[in-house]
Amino acid sequence: MTMTTAAAAAGQIGRARYGSISRGRRRALFWSYFFLILFVIFFLTPPVYMFITSLKSSAEISAATNPWWVYHPTLSNYIDLLTQNQFLIFFRNSAIVSICVVSITMVVSIFAAFALARMRFWGSATLATGVFLTYLIPESLLFIPLFKTFAYIHDKTGIELINHWWVLIILYPTLTVPFATWLMIGYFSSIPKELDEAALIDGAGYIQMLTRIFIPVAIPGIIAAMIFSFTVSWANFLYPLAFTTSADQLVLPVGIVTTLIRGDVYAWGQIMTGALLGAAPPLIIYAFLMDYYISGLTAGATKG
Amino acid sequence: MAQVALRNIVKMFDRTPAVQGIDLDISDREFIVLVGPSGCGKSTTLRMIAGLEEATSGEIYIGDQLVNDVPPKDRDIAMVFQNYALYPHMTVFENMSFGLRLKKFPKPEIRERVQAAARILDITNLLDRRPKQLSGGQRQRVAMGRAIVRNPKVFLFDEPLSNLDAKLRVQMRTEIKKIHQTVTTTTVYVTHDQVEAMTLADRVVIMNGGRIDQIGSPHEVYHKPRTQFVAGFIGSPTMNFLPCRLVENGAGLTVRLSDWLALPVPPSREARYRPRVGQEMIFGLRPEHIREGRGDMPPGSAAFDARLDVVEPMGMETMVYFIVDGVEVCGRVDPAAAGNVGESMRLVADLNQMHLIDPRTEVVI
Repeated sequence: MTMTTAAAAAGQIGRARYGSISRGRRRALFWSYFFLILFVIFFLTPPVYMFITSLKSSAEISAATNPWWVYHPTLSNYIDLLTQNQFLIFFRNSAIVSICVVSITMVVSIFAAFALARMRFWGSATLATGVFLTYLIPESLLFIPLFKTFAYIHDKTGIELINHWWVLIILYPTLTVPFATWLMIGYFSSIPKELDEAALIDGAGYIQMLTRIFIPVAIPGIIAAMIFSFTVSWANFLYPLAFTTSADQLVLPVGIVTTLIRGDVYAWGQIMTGALLGAAPPLIIYAFLMDYYISGLTAGATKG
Repeated sequence: MAQVALRNIVKMFDRTPAVQGIDLDISDREFIVLVGPSGCGKSTTLRMIAGLEEATSGEIYIGDQLVNDVPPKDRDIAMVFQNYALYPHMTVFENMSFGLRLKKFPKPEIRERVQAAARILDITNLLDRRPKQLSGGQRQRVAMGRAIVRNPKVFLFDEPLSNLDAKLRVQMRTEIKKIHQTVTTTTVYVTHDQVEAMTLADRVVIMNGGRIDQIGSPHEVYHKPRTQFVAGFIGSPTMNFLPCRLVENGAGLTVRLSDWLALPVPPSREARYRPRVGQEMIFGLRPEHIREGRGDMPPGSAAFDARLDVVEPMGMETMVYFIVDGVEVCGRVDPAAAGNVGESMRLVADLNQMHLIDPRTEVVI
């Protein structure tokens, strides 16, 4: 209260002296809040609805009551899902795939970006553009040739790649590496050239230059690339849908949809619960790394 | 400690020559300044000594070792960059000790060396800070500290003061000179500022268009410039250049600058200039050698009257400008003696300091 009164008093004085500026500022604030609230409503409605539904029993979901209110809250959906071995397998598969994909992506893209940004070699500029262009090819165009490739590998070597969850560890980097590399190229390019020259003179080799100068300086960019590749590998739907079929080989997004929808029977309560639980890890990671993520994206963009 | 030698160094960027055959011998403990306008190849030369650029042809020696194919880290050099190039994620201590840590020096020795360098530079209280918490001058000190702790054979400075404001630049210039008197490592210093070059250097190397125009002590390049470029580049305000004709005047010689102005050549110069009689030449005289006319006239001087076009009071002296056949000429006079614009003023030219330049070769005779 004291703060609001103090602010109001300050506003009074301000208005007396600089009427138009304070009015302009208030109008700007009004509109920014207006759109922010609109935005929040638009984006928070689905998760809120999911949360409400996840607390209802199947009977209440199908009953013609107010969908925005829980009359008989229950945790049965959560208990059912978390005691089901299947759901935990999906979760485990997703977690292992994502962690491996993030690791592979970061190793490949950091080295690639360092080489493309700093070691001038024949065709490096073309290659850098090429890396980005591959990112523009939609995955829906890629999965059929990939399927054919896997079949060919099976014919020639006998190694079966289809219907194994771990094959996603090979597949997802095709989506994450190009963008992560492109992001890192931008970030590494923004590091002044004199910094590597100073390191070179101080006695660093290329590997030391990368590990002791580039990676620490580019941490925000690296975190941005990590979040990006984690999100892609956690949430991708098309590849696991196409390449895995057995229930024990599924990852979370496909697992929820294929096991909780039986024919035309939708286990809505459990679907919502599963989706909510599945969305939790990225949410937690975002919350922790948000500051880095933002500075990473903007620093890369403005070169500096 | 080591001498540095460059033998016929050429550097081409694609097909554009940046450095066109440079020979330079730098002796042990010498402070050499490479100076010239931008694009003259001075920074490229420095970067070739550092090993950051490869010489297209020629030989570079540090000590007695041919270093053309030696990577920068094995050349035992340290470099200070224009934009400091401090590692932003490291503290001052870590920045200064980075090279030693890479070379796996024992920790106590690292601490000792950093402390010693920090004392020289007066930054002992900054060792725990990060570069972004430092001012420009402090960052420059840290960059120098990073070079000093390595105790290298050669210091290389690439326009280290260009990013500082004018006052700090003068202060740091003195500082660098003092440090060189303490540390006495062979130093190659690149700048485009001729004042820096004159104040710091044991010898100044003046570069122009990828070539060396002159190598000499500050005194030499100021008083005995070899070319018109050097004569014009060194000194501020720049030397006056006027087209003239050398004519015989009885027993002596005279430089005829215009219908109304002809100046007698001092007898000591007559023998040198006589073969050029009758030729079109360029007459060069520094503003500080055109003074106000007083009672006594030293030998070799000539007095004349000129109508002042512009008068610039600088405090301790006043610049007066007058026109000779369409060319603006500057003189430096006592503020008390300076006339007003539009008025005629009596001036004295000290012709013992004059230069005569061949307009075709641009070489000072």
